[in-house]
Formats: sequence, C-alpha cells, structure tokens
Amino acid sequence: MGLALLFVIWLITLASSWFFFAKTWWMPVGASAAAAGIDRQFAITYALMGIVFLAAQLALGLFVWKYRDKQALKAHYSHGDTGLEMIWTVLTAILFIGLNLAGAKAWSEQRFQPAAADATKVEVTGVQFAWYFRYPGPDGKFAKVNPADIDASAGNEGAVGVDTTDPAGKDDIVVGTMVVPVNRDVEVLLRAQDVIHSFYLPAMRFKQDAVPGLIIPMHFRPLAIGDYEFACAELCGLGHYKMHGIMRVVSQQDYDKWLAEREAEKAAQ
Amino acid sequence: MAEHNEHAGHEHGAPTGFIRKYIFSLDHKVIGLQYYFLALASVFIGMLLSLLMRIHLIWPTAHIPLMGEIKPEMYLTLLTMHGTFMVFFVLTTAPQSGFGNYFLPIQIGAPDMAFPVLNMLSFWTTFVAFLVMIAAFFVEGGAPLHGWTGYAPLSAIPSAGPGETLGADLWIISIAIFCIASLMGALNFITTILDLRCKGMSLMRMPLTCWAWFITAILGLLAFGVLLSAGILLLADRNLGTSFFVPGGLVVNGTQIQHKGGSPLLWQHLFWFFGHPEVYIAILPGMGVASQLLSTFSRKPIFGYKAMVYAIVGIGVLGFFVWGHHMFMSGMSPYSAFAFSLMTMAIGVPSAIKTFNWLGTIWRGRVQFDSPMLFAVGFVSLFVSGGLSGPFLAQPLLDIYLHDTFFVVAHFHLIMGVAAIFGIFAATYYWFPKMFGRMMNEPMAQAHFWLTLIGTYAIFMPMHYEGMAARPRRYSQLTEVAWLQHLMPVEKFVTYAAFITIAAQFIFVFNLFWSMFKGQRATDNPWHSTTLEWTTATPPVHDNFGCKTPVVYHGPYEYSVPGAPNDYVMQTDPTPHGGHVPKEDKPLEAE
Repeated sequence: MGLALLFVIWLITLASSWFFFAKTWWMPVGASAAAAGIDRQFAITYALMGIVFLAAQLALGLFVWKYRDKQALKAHYSHGDTGLEMIWTVLTAILFIGLNLAGAKAWSEQRFQPAAADATKVEVTGVQFAWYFRYPGPDGKFAKVNPADIDASAGNEGAVGVDTTDPAGKDDIVVGTMVVPVNRDVEVLLRAQDVIHSFYLPAMRFKQDAVPGLIIPMHFRPLAIGDYEFACAELCGLGHYKMHGIMRVVSQQDYDKWLAEREAEKAAQ
Repeated sequence: MAEHNEHAGHEHGAPTGFIRKYIFSLDHKVIGLQYYFLALASVFIGMLLSLLMRIHLIWPTAHIPLMGEIKPEMYLTLLTMHGTFMVFFVLTTAPQSGFGNYFLPIQIGAPDMAFPVLNMLSFWTTFVAFLVMIAAFFVEGGAPLHGWTGYAPLSAIPSAGPGETLGADLWIISIAIFCIASLMGALNFITTILDLRCKGMSLMRMPLTCWAWFITAILGLLAFGVLLSAGILLLADRNLGTSFFVPGGLVVNGTQIQHKGGSPLLWQHLFWFFGHPEVYIAILPGMGVASQLLSTFSRKPIFGYKAMVYAIVGIGVLGFFVWGHHMFMSGMSPYSAFAFSLMTMAIGVPSAIKTFNWLGTIWRGRVQFDSPMLFAVGFVSLFVSGGLSGPFLAQPLLDIYLHDTFFVVAHFHLIMGVAAIFGIFAATYYWFPKMFGRMMNEPMAQAHFWLTLIGTYAIFMPMHYEGMAARPRRYSQLTEVAWLQHLMPVEKFVTYAAFITIAAQFIFVFNLFWSMFKGQRATDNPWHSTTLEWTTATPPVHDNFGCKTPVVYHGPYEYSVPGAPNDYVMQTDPTPHGGHVPKEDKPLEAE
C-alpha cells in the first residue's frame, strides 16, 4: 500500500509538472511593453513554486513508503524540532515576501504611473453583451454621456449614449472594432452601462473590470502589429461567453488613415 | 474561569419519544448527524449540478431528461447553485457543524454543547435556509445566474437576467437565514470550548481538531455577521428602492434604472470580507482532522504541536486582512493591492509550517494504511497542490492575466473544495465506528480513495493549463472566442474524469449505509487513538461519559512513548510513564 501511494503521488506530480513544463496549453505570445516583465515574474514564480511542489509531493510519497508499518520498526518518539521549524518558517517567509517584492516594480509601472502624454485615448464601454470603442475626434474631447440618450437602435453613438447636445460630441467616433497604433501607449477609459464587465486582452497581458458608475483609466503599449482578440472576464449575464471582439494594432500610418476615414464619414453625416 | 457544574444549563435527560430523540433533539451528537446528512444531501445536489455543467460544456446541444437542452442562462444558474450549495451547505456544514458538533464536546470531556436549545435551533434554521434555497429552483424565472459571489449590479437589478427576479430574492434570503444559523452555531462552539473543558484539559492539551473548530467558530462569528448585513442591504436595493450597491445612470435592457449613488465595489468589499475567511472556515477543520489522523496512523506525536496551534491562529487572524486579493482587477486602488498582496503572501508562512509539520509527523513514524489515513495523506497532497497556485494569484501583477480564469477555478477547487472534502471523508472513515458502532467496509473505502484521488486530480489539474491559456471562467460555451477552440480536448478529458469521479462517490454512499447495518462490530477504540472520544462507549451514551467526567493527564498525541506498555497513551491515563516527556527530545542518532 505504501508503494502504491508513492507510485500514484509521484505519477500525479510528475505528469502535472510535465504539462507546465511542456506548455502544451499556454499563454499567447506577449505583444505589449508590460508582457516581458509579467512573463518574467511568471517564470520566477513557476520555478520557485515548482521546486516546492516537487519537493513536498515527492517527500510525501517517499515518507509514506519508507516509514510504512513493519514489525521491526518502532516509531520515533518526538514532539518536533524547534530549530528545524525556525529554519523553514524563515525560509518560507523570505520566499513568499521576496516573490511579492520582485513583482512590485512591474505592477507600479502599470498601475501607479499615468499613460504617456501622446497616448491614443479610447473610451471602452461594456454593455450586455457588446463592447463599444469611442474616439474623441479632432477636438480631442469626449462628449458627455447621457443615460437618457442611450438608444441601441440609433447606431453606435446611440448605443453608448453620446449626448447629442454636447458640442464636443459632434466629432466623436464610436466603433465596434478597436483600432490602435503600434508602439504608442493606449489609454483606455473603461465604462460599463449596466453590470460589471471586464476587458481582457491576453496577448497584451491586460485585464481590468469595467464598473458601472466609474470611469477607470488604464494603459498598455502594443509592440507588434496584428489582430488581437479580447473577451469579457467578469460574469455579466447569459451572453457573457460571447462578449468578445478584435483589437487591430496597425502602423501609425495605417492608424492615421483609418482615423481620417472615420472622421470624414462622421463629418458627412 | 468561573466554577461551573458541568451539568448546569444542559440538564436534559435522555429523551424517549422518536421526535425528541431524532428530530428536535437537543443532543449534540444527533444534531451533528443531522448536519452531516444535510451536507450529504447537498453534496449530491451540488455534484449533480456540476455534472450537468460538464455535459453542457462538451455537448452543448445534448438533450437532458426532464430539462431538455441546457441554455447559456441555465448553465449560469447551474454554476451559481453549484457554488452556493457546495460552499454553504457542504463545506461550511459538514466539517464544522457536523463533525464539530458531534465530537467537540466529547473531545474536551463535556456532556453536551453549552447551549443545547440554541444548537437545535441553529440546525433547524440551517434546514429552513436549505429549503428556501431549493425553492429558488422552482419559482418563476428559476434560480439566479449571478454566481455564488452575487456581484452587484447583476444581482441587484431584477431585469439584468433570467432568474434575477424572485429566484434571486430567495437566494439572498436563504443565505441570510444561513448566516443567522451560523452565528448561533459559532457562539455555541466558542462558549463550549471556553467553559466546558473537563479537568486537566488545558487549551494546549486540546486535540488539534478542537483548535481548528475553535478558530473556525471565531471566524464564523466575525464573518457571517458581515454577510448577513450585506444580504439585507442587497434585498433593500432590490425591493425597497435603496441604492447601496447600484450607481446612478444605469441602462439595463434599454430601460433606465432609477437608482443613484451606490457602489458596486462596496458589495465586493463586504462579500469578500466574509468570503475569504469563509475559505478558512471550510479548510481549517480539515487541517485539524488531517493532523489528528497523521499522528494517529503514523503512531507518532504530532510534529510541533505548538507551532500547529499558532499556525491555525495565524491563518485565522491573517485571513481577515486579505479579502482585497479577490479585487485586484475590480477598480480598487492599485496601492491597496500592495498591502493585500503582502498579507496574502504572509498566509503562505503558517500554511507552509503546517505542511512541513505534517511531513515531519510521518517522518520516522510507523505508517498504517487504513482508509482514514489514506484520505489524510490525500489531504496533504491536495493541500500542497492547491496551495502552491496561491502565490501566483496573490501577486497582482500575475493576477492581471489569471484573474477570473480557470487557473482560479483550479486553485480554489483543489484547496477549499477537494482538500476540504478529503478532510470530510477522512473524518467519516475515522469516526464512523464511534458514531455507529460498526466499521466501514475497508475494500470499498480503498476503491473509493484511489478513484477519488486520481479522479479529482484529473479534473482539476488540467484546469490550470486552461487558465494559462486564458480560458475565462463562467463561460457556458467555448465556441465563440477563437483562442479557446483548441481547449476542447482538455474540456472533454475533464468531463470524462468527472464521470468516473462522481460514479466513485456512489461507492462511498453505499458503504456508508451498508456499514451502518451490516458492518463489522467496532470496539471502543479500533484505531488505538488517544483522545477522549475513544475512552467512552460506542456509540457514546446520551451524556457522553455516563455521568462520569473524564480527567485528562496528557497532551492529545502521545504515541510510541518509550516505556509505555502500548504504543499509545490515552489522554485519561493517570500512570506516569505517559507523563510529560522531557522537553529536550532524544537526539536523532539514538535510533
């Protein structure tokens, strides 16, 4: 029985570790400025927790087998060892607190510091069950949003509820696919119209809840051109699983062209 | 401590009528069993709901008898009620209210709990909460879909989704009633431990199970009051037009909502102020049981008894300062994430102490492989596996990626779900002979162990990989988001593993009821344990020790004492050889 336990515990441990090691199912390649720091912290944490995991599980399997009941063996009468306990208490304290401090700098860069001054500003609104993206237009100003103006049948602007009487709203552009230029900070202003949603961009290593009643500014910097899918990460109702879309990261040139086209469309309305 | 007559306040002779004996009983043992069977019924409800979820995830259009095809909103209802039944009516009910009620008074040498009538009331209040929760399935609109965490405004606005009407009200009312019951239970546990310990049973001679129940009761007393208040505020928001959790200017389903000024984050703070200690309410009793069993079946004193006590207390205290780690992505101040993260990491220290000490207990022991021990070893393995994903989630930097993914689902299922359930199984196999006077069938118990250990790992380990592949939780289907398509083989594997694991639980239930009537007769102390419940009759008589009060001379885990005639010294053994062993241990080379 001891041998069976050893075998099963070791097998589970090694098989589980293998898939973490082989990365058969894993994160998409990071494509934002923050990704390198986050992935590095992941790697450190995996290495340290992996060592503890292997050591603890293998020791557990080994001990139950090695100290299985045998006639000749008498259990060692001991109430513990204060010295040993001090050692592992201090070691785990250093391990866990150290791990925490190692990740602190990358967190503060993302969350304590504001976006760069030249950031592309996009207001992101979550609604059951869609995302809308608003650009301020040539005046650089977002119009007010008025709940009374929300009308999903009146196009994208209506869905977000852009106040029609606000002069800053004349040139606001609202789209369903997010487009941003590469290598520049993107400042998202997260809003929600009904319940809590969460804007999750795995390739950007980005996630933030959109909370009704709050406007939450966040930023990230895409480093590679491409189409990146985002999805909702906070339970928001029956359509939660299909509340997803595409963020297109394009060159500055393509972005300017795209924006100019949208502005022209808007002006023609 | 005040003098007290150990029979004062709970002088109730053995009842004779069926109703006073088995239904409205004041006997803590009967009440413990009532809680246990309520949890057993609930765990099967919770398991059935999870089975339906697993089926829907891999066969979305499957036709289920009596239900038809499961719709996305139905899936969310299943997960809400699965979580609710499992957390409240299983993980809170069985380890603490079930086993705690039955064995706490006996293990400290008391004839009953301090307040037997309150004890009966707390069970029947819990039962009412259970009925109200069941009723939520059957009202118009069905049960709610807002998840067991009930985040507002989804839970606060009836038009936000199917099931958010009367079903959601019943869900909140049920939880509020459950909170009241838990508060009564917690008061009773704390008073019993402080006032009713028998002569010689100092706090530092209590079995670690009692320490775990004690700290759990304190956590319950502080946490359930907050959830109760939050639930009442949520009910007021829904029905009385207040705006605690609902801000102004919301438009739901094209309709403007007439609320203003509330804060969705306030609900999260209140909920998790309860919710995180709740995790420890679920797992601490399991830790106590694992400690007791590893010592007993290794025939060796627990390694570092004092450190184990301090670790339980440490986990309990720190548990109240970490609720914010559920809210790193909520819009809460990123500065506070720093503090919450540091406190959370600090909980790793007492948790690691416990793990090391469990290993230290087995080390150089003489390990017996009876089924309670198998489950205790399984508990340690699962605790390690589930615990080590904690330091990932405790770091806000990594939580950006992992929050609300299946990595979280894997983490809490392993540690507060499966590990805690292994604690319940271990306790069942260990104490069954005392409770029913018969042994459980060992071959069936072993089959149950192997299938459940391998099965639960097969279910929950792959969920970590899915989380790393950014699979969000609470998705009824993976067909929409492109990056999730390649996870279908993993989903299938998990569902098949769930089939096997769930099937194995029927072995357990069959064994449980079969052994009650057909099991081999048990002796008073079949495991050669040392604690007080093994000194009394099997099953224990009405007042536990038959008008005698035990006197305690030793700590709880005196196994393999050199010079003692047996390899165990009962706590009540007055002979000196079991007396306190010299503080300085035998040097290690003296093998």
